[in-house]
Amino acid sequence: MAKIDVSVETDDKPVPPPKHPNTCPSCNSHYRDDELEQALWVCSHCGHHFPMRARARIASLADEGSFLEEAADLHSEDPLGFFDLRPYTERLAEAEMKTGLTDAMVIGQASLDGRQCELAIMDFSFMGGSMGSVVGEKFSRACDSAAERGVPLISVTGSGGARMQEGILALMQLPKTVAAIEDLHDSGRAMISVMAHPTTGGVLASFATLGDVLLAEPGALMSFAGPRVVQQLTREKLPDDFGLAEQNLRFGNLDAIVPRPELRPTLSKLLRLFDAPV
Amino acid sequence: MPPSEHELRLRERLSRLRNMPLLGGAKLSGELERLQRQLDRMGEEPTDEEIWRSVELARNEKRPYTLDYVERLLDDWFELHGDRGRADDKAMVAGLGKLDGRTVALVGQQKGRDIQERAERRFGMSNPEGYLKAMRVMELANRLGFPVISLVDTPGAYPGVAAEQHGQGGTIAASQAVMARLTVPTVACVIGEGGSGGAIAIALADRVLMQEHAIYSVISPEGCAMILWRDAGEAKKAAAAFKPDAAHCLELGVIDGIVPEPPGGAHKDPDEAARLLGDAIREVLDELADVPGDELRRRRRARFRSLGVFA
Repeated sequence: MAKIDVSVETDDKPVPPPKHPNTCPSCNSHYRDDELEQALWVCSHCGHHFPMRARARIASLADEGSFLEEAADLHSEDPLGFFDLRPYTERLAEAEMKTGLTDAMVIGQASLDGRQCELAIMDFSFMGGSMGSVVGEKFSRACDSAAERGVPLISVTGSGGARMQEGILALMQLPKTVAAIEDLHDSGRAMISVMAHPTTGGVLASFATLGDVLLAEPGALMSFAGPRVVQQLTREKLPDDFGLAEQNLRFGNLDAIVPRPELRPTLSKLLRLFDAPV
Repeated sequence: MPPSEHELRLRERLSRLRNMPLLGGAKLSGELERLQRQLDRMGEEPTDEEIWRSVELARNEKRPYTLDYVERLLDDWFELHGDRGRADDKAMVAGLGKLDGRTVALVGQQKGRDIQERAERRFGMSNPEGYLKAMRVMELANRLGFPVISLVDTPGAYPGVAAEQHGQGGTIAASQAVMARLTVPTVACVIGEGGSGGAIAIALADRVLMQEHAIYSVISPEGCAMILWRDAGEAKKAAAAFKPDAAHCLELGVIDGIVPEPPGGAHKDPDEAARLLGDAIREVLDELADVPGDELRRRRRARFRSLGVFA
């Protein structure tokens, strides 16, 4: 097959050199590690939201010392013996070393301003937050844990989509997480979904958009197909805010965009609202 | 020589299949024999060439599409149009018909035959409006107690600007959620390309089948090659790596049975292909007919919640 022609107008621009991870991609302000941490990884100059790691996210949301991790020992297997340029097992081991996590999601019980909840938090730095069997299973268990304890589930997503290296089983994590949420809903419990940058592909097309309340961080990309794919196929000039949280809010696909410093109080309010006797 | 790990898995799969009520009838038992033959010939794993042949056959432009099967299998077909809000997406067809005298609802993607129809139906790539149409027809079937048949044949959901604005991702999720709530028997069959989210949107069914040369995958071979090899030309390698063929999907427990095709593929004899597909669908619907609705729903969710490989 011929190579896909990628000569669309905006792709002709020279690619700028990669920036330091602590340099704001939109305004070039540079921060020390501790400054970023202090500011919840939000640029204090322009408000750009840097990616936030799962552990940091949990620390920013859960009451101190309240988080009790569940299913921490689940590991991905390599059902297909997948090998592209490198074996999947090698990519997994490298991601584990780099992130200190066993996969792209951390789940557990927590309280937020004294109210019990279940957290399912994704980490984009683990293989692009891709969803394979472990993410699907952890999310599914988080739904059960929330249902059993009669508490709401809060998910925070950051994911490029399904994990290709697990082939069709990665696709099966979509219906798996959907079925888990339906069971949670049948138990009369709510789910709040917070979509961070990016929440795309299979995660957007499954549990992330099935929350009873849908929130997103400013500037988060939330598109099913990536901008490049859309541009290549349709040859349309994409709107500047293509697939972004702001566009999704305008089109009615979201309840609210919540800047990171306001996320905890917002979730606290929602937990108060959902904390009705059943 | 000790049996390989793969052989053990295949044997285990085979023994599970033997115990499945689904395989009581003739057609799927034929599949059992085929599996047995495959096991016998050792090196039973489909070769990279065989996988690629399925990719080509699944995309063959003469392959029967959803409406070709509707025409051959259903009496009194009445197509239902529109999502009741915005549009009638021609990439997705939905309607009611009679299968052996019982009313069923059918949803499925429809590719086009000629250039104009292909453009009109966007090669079977649905917009959110298409999934909304399928959802409303499945809900209608649920209210009235009709079984739902879903025929999957799409390269994927349509990647367009308007599709994204109208919530493509959320609609695919919502369509799966509708299927997870149905209390009527549901059967899905991949009859060509089962492309990613666009396919699973209508495939959360009690029983999932694949035709012998259909493919079911998380991403197209070209898309995977583009991302992992940075070269769409490596599609063959990508397909060999993620194994979208029916035999592998069966082995992984993703599908419940393989529907045989006439020699050379479904397009060689569409009437025979339709007969074989019809037999498989009837067998599933007969098997599910007496299961109470909430039990169907419980088992369906449990089936999908059990999928995945981890330690």
